[in-house]
Amino acid sequence: MKRKLSTKIKERAIENLLLLSALSSIFITVSIVFILFYEALGFFKDVSLWEFLTGKQWTPLFAQPKFGILPLVCGTLLVTGIAVLVALPIGLIVAIYLSEYAPFKVKEVVKPILELLAAVPTVVYGYFALLFLTPILQKFIPNLSGFNALSPGIIMGIMIIPYVSSVSEDAMKAVPMHIREGSYAMGATKFQTAFKVVIPSAFSGIAAAFIIGISRAIGETMVVAIAAGMMPNLTLNPIEPIQTLTAYIVGVSLGDVPHGTLEYKTIFAAGITLFLMTLFLNILGFWFRKRIREVY
Amino acid sequence: METGKIRKRIALNRFRDHLFWIIGLLSTLIGFVLLFTLIIDLFIDGFPRLTLQFFLSYPSRFPEKAGILSAWVGTILVMIVTAATAVPLGIAAGIYLEEYGKKNWLTHLIEINMNNLAGVPSIIYGLLALAFFVYFLKFGESILTGGLTLGLLILPMVVIATRESIRAIPNSIREASYALGATKWQTIKDHILPYSFGGILTGVIIGLSRAIGETAPIITVGALTFIAFLPTSPISSEFPFLSFKWLMDPFTVMPIQMFNWISRPQTAFHINAAAAGIVLLLLTLLMNGFAIYMRYRFRKRIKW
Amino acid sequence: MRKTQVHFLFVLLGVLSWLALCTTGTFSPVWSQSKTIKIDGSSTVYPITEAVAEEFQRMKKGSVKVTVGISGTGGGFKKFSRGEIDISNASRPIVKKEMDACKEAGIEYIELPVAYDGLTVMVNPKNNWVTYMTVAELKKIWEPAAEGKITKWNQVNPSWPDIPLKLYGAGVDSGTFDYFTEAIVGKSRASRGDFTASEDDNVLVQGIASDRSSLGFFGYAYYAENTDKLKLIAIDGGKGPILPSEKTVMDGTYQPLSRPIFIYVNKKSAEKPEVKEFVEFYLKNASKLVKEVKYIPLPDRAYKLAMERFAKRMTGTVFGGEAKIGMKIEDLLKLEEKK
Repeated sequence: MKRKLSTKIKERAIENLLLLSALSSIFITVSIVFILFYEALGFFKDVSLWEFLTGKQWTPLFAQPKFGILPLVCGTLLVTGIAVLVALPIGLIVAIYLSEYAPFKVKEVVKPILELLAAVPTVVYGYFALLFLTPILQKFIPNLSGFNALSPGIIMGIMIIPYVSSVSEDAMKAVPMHIREGSYAMGATKFQTAFKVVIPSAFSGIAAAFIIGISRAIGETMVVAIAAGMMPNLTLNPIEPIQTLTAYIVGVSLGDVPHGTLEYKTIFAAGITLFLMTLFLNILGFWFRKRIREVY
Repeated sequence: METGKIRKRIALNRFRDHLFWIIGLLSTLIGFVLLFTLIIDLFIDGFPRLTLQFFLSYPSRFPEKAGILSAWVGTILVMIVTAATAVPLGIAAGIYLEEYGKKNWLTHLIEINMNNLAGVPSIIYGLLALAFFVYFLKFGESILTGGLTLGLLILPMVVIATRESIRAIPNSIREASYALGATKWQTIKDHILPYSFGGILTGVIIGLSRAIGETAPIITVGALTFIAFLPTSPISSEFPFLSFKWLMDPFTVMPIQMFNWISRPQTAFHINAAAAGIVLLLLTLLMNGFAIYMRYRFRKRIKW
Repeated sequence: MRKTQVHFLFVLLGVLSWLALCTTGTFSPVWSQSKTIKIDGSSTVYPITEAVAEEFQRMKKGSVKVTVGISGTGGGFKKFSRGEIDISNASRPIVKKEMDACKEAGIEYIELPVAYDGLTVMVNPKNNWVTYMTVAELKKIWEPAAEGKITKWNQVNPSWPDIPLKLYGAGVDSGTFDYFTEAIVGKSRASRGDFTASEDDNVLVQGIASDRSSLGFFGYAYYAENTDKLKLIAIDGGKGPILPSEKTVMDGTYQPLSRPIFIYVNKKSAEKPEVKEFVEFYLKNASKLVKEVKYIPLPDRAYKLAMERFAKRMTGTVFGGEAKIGMKIEDLLKLEEKK
């Protein structure tokens, strides 16, 4: 078909415009990586990488500054660990229940409510952790600090359940019905089918769900900023105050971070650590999700 | 194997099955119970504080006088910028990936980036914005910076929602359009977009509701917590009667105001925080609920 | 989706935006250009400046905007020396490094004392074993050598119980931190690193209030706002234990933790009519508002001197670039009058 030249030009122009918009994603990623590395490089000019990775104290703004990132990483992992202990089992059980047991009507009601659970703003969860959960926990654990790792950890776990359950459930839905039916035909119960047949088949998807949950917990900021405290602490004890990578960045930003100062450089050092951790997890998750597609 | 043993086995399995059914139901209910408790706790603490005065007052050092005026106006203004950034960019990117993208390495790279960005912690976006928007482009700690930051944050959501809505449209529609001699863009403009509009809108609303509750990146770009004024009015008295100065003004938003009040130890401020939390929560839940409802209705109506 | 529903949505969006825009129109007079006064710095001084800013903005009915940040005394001075803010809140006098930075940037400052603070040490109300501490005991707890070693109460004083010592204190950008370390440890900024540090004193109050084994320090006003959550400790500076109060700070017996707190005004900003009006408003109402936020007001004579200083735009500091520990209000007045 012959078209007018002007139409062709217009079509081409529109296509290029749309391409530009799509390229924005690459542009954003490149900017993030570039800025993080550039500013972190400025940091590592003054601080040795060895001290950063192995030092046991994080007091970058004191008269005798110490630049060990371990306390912050440890704080992040401690809270994430607690969150994961809550979210992964419950999330998986909910997914199994919804995928294998629940009648359709129940699913229709439950799924939107789980979505709403994930939609609650994180400040509100932080409020809940500090002013509702911590006092309750203090009745059972008398030595519990006002700021501790346990309370925000539990709340974060609850926050992540919807992520874990929805991705796990999608993975289990992808397992074809005839595999289940074969199992039922042999006289297996739903429980046996779920655990011995469906879960192993959906393993990659479930692993991806777990990884998404962990990644989300590591990157969480407000719940820990409000309820976990602002004290870098190299400990595995959940009843003590700690500080996570994210809470440190926010705490410093509450003041002021003029470009080029030491505080500015430290938040980028913490930022790049955080970014690398989540990047690693995202790649792992992506790899797992690719495996699902290959299996079926 | 004797019958007795087999019977026992079967009974045990049945028992486990029922037990799990109960555990499963209980676990699912945990989510409900907790959401419910959270909402009730917030309401008990904050509801009495929700007066007209609360909505129309500035923050103050007196908890009884403090209100969320600058916060909710700031939220709406920032949302305008966020939507203006994320919606055109996201829909355009989504259209490209679904309609124009060939299966080459470039498209693949774009997709990987999009998916990865969805998993980047929000505070990293804050750091990006600090270095790029605040210092490099010299936008400063302004509404424009805040809106752009959040726009970038929810961009992956809009793109994914656009792609899924477009993907749901069967090829027969496209082919029919081409058969009648329409160009690619005409097909998209007149057929694809109208049908996918509902799904896209759902994605946009969910993205915006996420942006409303975001605190960390906004703190990083420098929203202050004591703002006892409103940004410059966009309506000015001289020609051309429209001002964009408000884009560069300092600002605060609802979640930051709540965060500030939580951080103050006086219980009276905690009540204020709970009230602000109720407003925030209601806003978010309403938007999400609306989006979910729309998605449900949209799916029901379109019968291919 | 039906066209009418789409239209309805757009109308709704339009209405909401219009509502927000109109609100800004009603509450900030359309005819004004925005005049903004930027203030930042000490979180100790913050309650006073916040009160003044609130009353001032109310009086001006929104034609002037005042923003107040809490970056800490050090953070405030950094911004001040780059000309980014008009007024800096400070809970200690400007130090040599900051003076040089201002000189380099060509910034001249007018130093105005606005109140007196009794830096308070406090513990959790459930703490029933200590009512007063000596300066020597505090030094043992806070000096750099204590880091990682002094972790229990009985290590400081054997009569105290064997439970962990949890410390909360002002952050590193804080003038309170500088002053406390200078007064207690003997050298400014020399301190152990393992304590919960925050520029935001509210965080410290919450921490101490919820932890039985805690100990912390910050400005008196934050104690006075939360007496139900905190327990005051008397300080023995050599003349017996003294509790901080308006009386003991005014007559100089609460030592060494009594100190003047200031605002520093950029001389060029003072040329702007709104800044001039704000500072005059500040000094005129300081006595009342300082009392309201529970700090100790200076005698009227002091505020009059400060007014004159400002009217004459006298720059420079009377402290020579370092804080003087254990200064009584009378001494401050003498210093001010000397210039």
